[in-house]
Amino acid sequence: MDKILDVKNLGVSFHTYAGEVKAVRGINFYLNRGEALALVGESGCGKTVTAKSLMCLNPMPPAEIKDGSSIEYNGQEVLEMSKDELRAFRGAEISMVFQDPMTSLNPTMKIGDQIAESLTTHMKLNKKEALDKAVQMLERVGIPEAEERINSYPHEFSGGMRQRVMIAIALACNPRILIADEPTTALDVTIQAQVLELLKELQNEMGTSIILVTHDLGVVANFADRIHVMYAGKIVEKGTTRDIFYRGEHPYTWALLSSVPDLYAENRKKLYSLEGTPPDLLLPLEGCPFASRCKYCMQICREKMPPKTDINESHSVSCWLKHPSAPKVEKPHILRRDV
Amino acid sequence: MLKYTLKRLLYMVLTLFIVITITFFLIHAIPGDPLSSLARNLPAQVKENFYAKYGLNKSVPEQYVMFLKNLCHGDFGESLKFPGRGVADIIEKHAPISARLGLQAITIGVIVGIVLGIVAAFKRNRWPDHLVMFIAILGVCLPSFVLAALLQYVLSVKFELFPTAGWGTGKHTVLPTIALCFGSVATYARYMRSSVLDVINQDYILTAKSKGISNFNLIWKHVIRNAIIPAITILAPQIAGIFGGSFVIESIFAIPGLGSNLVDAVNNRDYTVIMGLTIFYCALYIVSLLMVDILYGVVDPRVRVSEEVAE
Amino acid sequence: MAETTVDEKFEIIGCENSDSEKIVRPTMTYWQDAWRRLKSNNVAMISIVILIALVVMTIIGPHLTPYTHEEMIVEERNMAPSSEHWFGTDELGRDIFTRVWKGGRVSMLIGVVGAFVASFVGCIYGGIAAYFGGTVDDIMMRIVEILVSIPYLIVVILISVLTRSKGMGSILLALCITGWCGTARLVRGQILQLKEKEFVIAAKALGVSDWKIITRHLIPNTLGIIIVSITFDIPGFIFSEAFLSYIGLGVQSPDTSWGAMASAAQNNLMFYPYQLFFPALMIALTMLAFSLLGDGLRDALDPRLRQ
Repeated sequence: MDKILDVKNLGVSFHTYAGEVKAVRGINFYLNRGEALALVGESGCGKTVTAKSLMCLNPMPPAEIKDGSSIEYNGQEVLEMSKDELRAFRGAEISMVFQDPMTSLNPTMKIGDQIAESLTTHMKLNKKEALDKAVQMLERVGIPEAEERINSYPHEFSGGMRQRVMIAIALACNPRILIADEPTTALDVTIQAQVLELLKELQNEMGTSIILVTHDLGVVANFADRIHVMYAGKIVEKGTTRDIFYRGEHPYTWALLSSVPDLYAENRKKLYSLEGTPPDLLLPLEGCPFASRCKYCMQICREKMPPKTDINESHSVSCWLKHPSAPKVEKPHILRRDV
Repeated sequence: MLKYTLKRLLYMVLTLFIVITITFFLIHAIPGDPLSSLARNLPAQVKENFYAKYGLNKSVPEQYVMFLKNLCHGDFGESLKFPGRGVADIIEKHAPISARLGLQAITIGVIVGIVLGIVAAFKRNRWPDHLVMFIAILGVCLPSFVLAALLQYVLSVKFELFPTAGWGTGKHTVLPTIALCFGSVATYARYMRSSVLDVINQDYILTAKSKGISNFNLIWKHVIRNAIIPAITILAPQIAGIFGGSFVIESIFAIPGLGSNLVDAVNNRDYTVIMGLTIFYCALYIVSLLMVDILYGVVDPRVRVSEEVAE
Repeated sequence: MAETTVDEKFEIIGCENSDSEKIVRPTMTYWQDAWRRLKSNNVAMISIVILIALVVMTIIGPHLTPYTHEEMIVEERNMAPSSEHWFGTDELGRDIFTRVWKGGRVSMLIGVVGAFVASFVGCIYGGIAAYFGGTVDDIMMRIVEILVSIPYLIVVILISVLTRSKGMGSILLALCITGWCGTARLVRGQILQLKEKEFVIAAKALGVSDWKIITRHLIPNTLGIIIVSITFDIPGFIFSEAFLSYIGLGVQSPDTSWGAMASAAQNNLMFYPYQLFFPALMIALTMLAFSLLGDGLRDALDPRLRQ
């Protein structure tokens, strides 16, 4: 497998009147060709900021990419691209589907034109060809009567339909990477599965790599090849989907897993909920950011940031519990279950 | 759409009718009658003829019906101050002058204002933004008559670039147009700036950016098209403002338009003229409101649909 | 404090008594927060200072000179500003400094009283329409629609012609008759929106009384935009008064206002431009200060900007 995207030491800060908010604090990850990677975490943990940084879409200012950050796409440094290079990169090589389909489409432009726009820009098609391709794309994402629908405006579509349109826009130029930022959060549960299925289908068909950003571990189980768990601007645990679901090591991962509703649980209890809120990213962080909410918190957790511990070549975790001196704790029930 | 337009037309007529009625009865509620001061020294017989001529010897409701009848024939009556001068004639003769000035001012005001607002928004916190906001603030706090006086003093008295007053050549229209449209430029620049800044932060701009389209397309198709929609809503008050402003500006620059006629009529207590012009102005304003509404539907596809649904 | 051993550091202490649920930043009420943001806005604070200075001057200004606003000194007509007449004199030999502040009283009073009366009426009207909704709302808003489709200056002119009096009262009446429509629409729109908001629906679902919903939820959430609209209305009223006085429908001599002074000075503009300068400056300063203060208030009171 070859890396198509390699992110090293990415740090993003926002300069607000109250001070510097360190939204992303030096994260490392890579994406393989044709792979689906999930970034999972609560709202405000920096996952959307990370996703937007990959396309340089964070507004600057107030956002600032920290020195020493690197995002390499096929060996090319994204952060050093000129404006023109960046334009040619966006849409053609990498594209994005956003969280809220109700606000992500231009309300005053016909659907067809919105899809055709990137085609005329990147594929150098003329208007007619681009619209033909737009019809094909709409059919491909499962919109009936695509021929007529290209003349509709976004407000004439339902939320699920709009998200399909967004996917059509994102995939129009057959990009190598698709970033899906919470693509199902704003949708009805019944529609969520359809949209995910569609993404999976298209991924297999077009060989696109996908970065799925979500707060819902339930969503990624059947979707992602690898999962990165983010907390307070850091990746706290990385691993394959099996690693995370069966052999998760970080208490935060456990908490996330425990809060996924389980219809088949033998002893149905109250649904687990993690107390507290993520730390204020305005304040300097000493120690593990999760310490204040962690059931297994130790004195050391409040004092020093835990180092990364590799469990195997794909699985690593940042937690003091992996330290030889730490007491052995029993992993929660949810992990040992066989699906 | 047709049904909606018809409904709007009906409301227009109704509004106009109510305005006419209210104006009529208000004017006739004034103690004494409009002719009393004029006819004070006339012999009784002449006075009676005089009253009969204007229908003032009849009861108010009768006069009202008569007035409406005449109005339907386009007859607004005659000036009380200058007998023989029909109000309709005044409108016919002077309206084109006001119309030219008003159209010039509103067109320039809106276009320049929008352009300045967009420039300011895109050059946010840099000198073009500060310059535009300075102009905008000046426009908001300088009453048009003060600006008119300043323009007269500087550009025509000191530098003799333009005629001080009067009407005739295109040059005559320059100063009054600037004085009239300055407020609109200011309002539009401010409004457009905040509207553009608002649109820039919308999700769909992020979508457009993620498509990698050119800056021109991004600004033109995505930002401006959407930012202009709220700006249309303030078109109506702007038109009203230009109507109002024209009263004074025409007086200052001695322009023989409708506005200066209205001001004269107010000062002369020339009730028929006041009434005729009031009705004319209201009609014009209502029509322009309708046009603004139609324009809104053209620019914003969402309005089109909601109108159809509303039927 | 003694150095803890490594093993002690690795003892699980959990999060039972930690403060993760505590909100770290100090809590502030809406108004405290708004005031904090307004205070940090220099432009708005300068505007407040200018306005206070203008108000103080309109109160004490006329008493600072040995002249009265109607006293004509025939020998001293059209005098340029000097140590005797700080702002000069007008064509009748009246002291402009005295007249500017005397006229300022009229302008300021009309602006402030007019804006408050119009806003008050508008709030009640818009509030009633939005709260009752349905047919009541339909009829009430239709009336407003008709009123606003008449150019308001025409109404003002008509009313001033009708009342025939040229005092402040009739000007105020004329301005207020149409001035409330904007506020009424604004308040109605805001309350209609608020009525649909989850927190109001939640309050209703909890059985909170109508009165409490109005006083606890609707009014506090509307107050912000009303205050902003008043700040923007005041310069509008001052402008309208100046305009009316300018076309001869406002305050009559010897009483005066800034608009009336500007109008009178217009004829002498070529020779005595300072006669126009001072009243025009006062109008501009007042309108500027109110507009900038309005901008600042809008930013400060916008809950979306709270951080």
